[in-house]
Amino acid sequence: MADPHDGTEQGSARPFAPASSDPSRRWHDMGGTLAGPVPGDEHDFALWEKRVDALVILSGLKGVFTVDGLRRVLEDMGEEAFETMTYYERWVAALNQNHLEQGTYTVAELGAKMEEVRARGETYADAADAS
Amino acid sequence: MPLEPGTRVRVKTMTPPGHIRTPFYLRGKTGAVERVLGPFANPEELAYGQDGRALPLYRVRFRMADVWADATTPTDTIDAEIYAHWLEPA
Amino acid sequence: MPHDHPDHDDHLSPSGHPYRPDQDTGLSYWQVMEIATRELMIEKGVVTAGEVAAQVEAMDARSPAQGAAVVARAWTDPDFRERLLADGSAACAEMGFDVGPMRLIAVENDAATHNVVVCTLCSCYPRNLLGLPPDWYKSRAYRSRTVREPRKVLAEFGLDLPEDVTVRVHDSTADMRYLVVPARPAGTEGMDEVALADLVTRDSMIGVGIAKTP
Repeated sequence: MADPHDGTEQGSARPFAPASSDPSRRWHDMGGTLAGPVPGDEHDFALWEKRVDALVILSGLKGVFTVDGLRRVLEDMGEEAFETMTYYERWVAALNQNHLEQGTYTVAELGAKMEEVRARGETYADAADAS
Repeated sequence: MPLEPGTRVRVKTMTPPGHIRTPFYLRGKTGAVERVLGPFANPEELAYGQDGRALPLYRVRFRMADVWADATTPTDTIDAEIYAHWLEPA
Repeated sequence: MPHDHPDHDDHLSPSGHPYRPDQDTGLSYWQVMEIATRELMIEKGVVTAGEVAAQVEAMDARSPAQGAAVVARAWTDPDFRERLLADGSAACAEMGFDVGPMRLIAVENDAATHNVVVCTLCSCYPRNLLGLPPDWYKSRAYRSRTVREPRKVLAEFGLDLPEDVTVRVHDSTADMRYLVVPARPAGTEGMDEVALADLVTRDSMIGVGIAKTP
């Protein structure tokens, strides 16, 4: 095989394989796995994404949950979420999940609040500014 | 007693599920303590809402050749932070 | 190819990235969740709206310029350099940069050693010093390949290192964050700290680049 990745790891009889095919290796733990060139695109973050970031940091500073709680949920969301959702989409899902687990609010309160938000308008500006 | 810098250590080969900060690619690999960082709360406990017992944390330096059988530059290195409970004497 | 961007393009934000649409496109499920989570956190007394705004503002204010100032000081002040290499967090605090709860380790490049930083498990980055990480730092390709074939990854960034330079990869697996102190370029002997800081790129502080030459 010409592929330089296709070797055998030292100390292991198993051939080298992508993370997802081995149940003992979790998908996010990707050091050394196969991958193409490093992508060059970069972008700045939207306001809602910066707010997600801020809420995660503040949740830690307020002692609600740690970054480890965030990472646990991100990891448990699985590889498909990593491939199909954006970074801060995954973060807001994990932020919310930790608050539900810690009892900050209930699923019913969240459901009602999300309906209320959605009813405010068609754009983020409309929905975020009505509060 | 924390390990001294320079001590040879092996990363345990455990594979429990859950939130773990010991990379898979380093498990079973041997390196040397580069510096002692601890103590830090165990993230495997913090992740589940527990307080997290404080553990020594080490920066361990691995030679590429000791991590990858096909390493083309064997003396290049990888440093990673590993909590004490994942290390055993090498 | 991923590179530090110039900061004088009209279509780019101050951090050198194109702006993303958010205010005028359809409201997404995840945007609704952000608003709902934030308002519930405020209603339940976990945070105040002012704290959220202040946190966003603080993150917006962080940029690679902070790290560049630290590197330039290390290039010109040997005592500061020693303190930085001994305790990165304390040395940054001296300059008024609070690097947060994670501890900062500064690693120095020289003629024999090149350092590069990655986080294979997620995307840990010295965000309190350098601002938020670039997209490529969070990519599968960068996270997976940098510990396996660092020289090939660096070559994709335009950095071809001679074989006699040892590459040290730092995988940010736990509570440390890493700042690479790039080597001071030749021909900068007469330059002051402010001028030197302009030569220090974000990529050079991650270790996928080197400092610019004047």
